Amino acid sequence: MVEWTDSERAIINSIFSNLDYEEIGRKSLCRCLIVYPWTQRYFGAFGNLYNAETIMANPLIAAHGTKILHGLDRALKNMDDIKNTYAELSLLHSDKLHVDPDNFRLLADCLTVVIAAKMGTAFTVETQVAWQKFLSVVVSALGRQYH
Amino acid sequence: MLSKQEKELIIEIWTRLTPVADRIGAEALLRMFTSYPGTKTYFSHLDITPRSAHLLSHGQKIFLALAEGSKDIANLMTTLAPLQTYHAYQLRIQPSNFKLFSHCMIVTLACFMGDRFTPSLHAAMDKYLSAFSAVLGEKFR
Repeated sequence: MVEWTDSERAIINSIFSNLDYEEIGRKSLCRCLIVYPWTQRYFGAFGNLYNAETIMANPLIAAHGTKILHGLDRALKNMDDIKNTYAELSLLHSDKLHVDPDNFRLLADCLTVVIAAKMGTAFTVETQVAWQKFLSVVVSALGRQYH
Repeated sequence: MLSKQEKELIIEIWTRLTPVADRIGAEALLRMFTSYPGTKTYFSHLDITPRSAHLLSHGQKIFLALAEGSKDIANLMTTLAPLQTYHAYQLRIQPSNFKLFSHCMIVTLACFMGDRFTPSLHAAMDKYLSAFSAVLGEKFR
């Protein structure tokens, strides 16, 4: 089981309570598709992904980004058992969506960068550490049921 | 592969931030040491506490090397030859650490630039830092 200090819980809760899910979700997924273009392979049915501008203007991508970010709420509400919280989602990503789990790390990195850009100097070193720890637990849980 | 536009973007950023080279470099290092404590093992000979003179001077050194490399990306192998030798034969840093530093440099730039750190700039910078890391690790084996 992952151990969380009070400080880490406070930092992560604070980030989520100030989060604009639509803005950050959209920006994070767009950034992932732009910075790591091979991730576009999973979005063939999402319409025009021709270049950075079209990706950022794509409403299906925006909606999906929001959905993904809300998916993190589950981890927030179950910080002491993230592993089991995502068992089903992990199987979905493995068996139905066939997503290479290494891509979860890339999306997590993009989310971190978007939040860092939003928070500026408030995204302190300590904030980064706690936030990255949270995301790495989520990423690990999502990759766990692959077989 | 970096487009002409991306190369210009990269040069512009490094040039613009040169006046705060030590702050940016030091922050990137500090973020790396704190997020990935294993990276501290290469710095037992320096005082890497926040705002220390060593951290600022080392941060500046790294920043300026990155800035210098950006001026002629096509010739990174030539520009970085002395640093390649140094990292391979003397420092012998586990090459996967270059990726960790690159990530922390990108986070630092994001905090510093906010919205101006656009997805396109992020992509260009990520590509540049990957290329730089790859060249730096060329002589390892």
